[in-house]
Amino acid sequence: MGQGILLSAAADIDFMIHGVFSYELFGQTVWITTTHVCVLIVMLVIIGFCIAANRAVKHASEVPGTFQNIVELVVEMLDNMVGGVMGKFAVNFRNYIGTIFIFILLSNISGLFGLRPPTADYGVTFALGIMTFTTIHFNKFKHQKVKGVIKGLCDPWPIWAPINVIGDIAVPISLSLRLFANVLSGVVMTALVYGLLAKIAYAWPAALHVYFDLFSGAIQTYVFCMLTMTYITDACTTE
Amino acid sequence: MEFNTNFILGCSAIGAGLAVIAGIGPGVGQGIAAGHAAAAVGRNPGAKSDVTSTMLLGQAVAETTGLYGLLIAMLLLFVKPLVP
Repeated sequence: MGQGILLSAAADIDFMIHGVFSYELFGQTVWITTTHVCVLIVMLVIIGFCIAANRAVKHASEVPGTFQNIVELVVEMLDNMVGGVMGKFAVNFRNYIGTIFIFILLSNISGLFGLRPPTADYGVTFALGIMTFTTIHFNKFKHQKVKGVIKGLCDPWPIWAPINVIGDIAVPISLSLRLFANVLSGVVMTALVYGLLAKIAYAWPAALHVYFDLFSGAIQTYVFCMLTMTYITDACTTE
Repeated sequence: MEFNTNFILGCSAIGAGLAVIAGIGPGVGQGIAAGHAAAAVGRNPGAKSDVTSTMLLGQAVAETTGLYGLLIAMLLLFVKPLVP
């Protein structure tokens, strides 16, 4: 990959994805990239938190300590969020929505700690979009049966079916592109500031990090989970 | 006619600049949403948290078209699909 146009002023600042090492798999060259490393770090942090939370809950006391309080707060907040949107379908989806919420939130925030956020790679967000797509259609077939799905496909008239199919396919693409582009714009803008204004970039880029990593990351996480829940509730509802 | 790489890179930069004009629409849309949300909170201050979360959700969805423009600009500048 050649040198970027905008970053030619500072060749040492780079926000592209790089390969770490490659191996051959069935004749294909597969690269382990910096994204994989960042996802691994985020997952290790989540697993460490989970082990600590498990220990805290096993030795739970009547009057909760600090850490137990935090764990209960997180679980309660996620439960209320899912329950408020999905109503009676919430029971089956609390685990899934809570998992992707925590994963996307930590991925977006990891930009604060000097990692390249894993969600700024389309491979990661598209995988999340595909998971949502699969869940939507599995639940559609489970709750509305084949007859209901065909009826929904030919909504006003049967001639409308191709447009409905395109609308269904656009859901994961727009979901994943929204998350990806938001995080990527934050990455690019902070990289530009650090690269082009390197001489005067002391302390004040923290404001950029607060906006792009914390505020924008939290909002986009909320939006992704909210839209996923809305689509799944829509698929579960039978007339 | 033969164009060299620098000419194509310059035209790509102009195209990227034109593509991010797409940001005007979401800006206007988000402003309208925020204005109506402010009016709603003024009329019914008790519903502030509900109004705020609905506004943020709607704004994030409205932002998508602007982000598509941004993506086109990014592709033109960094992936350089037009350079042979």
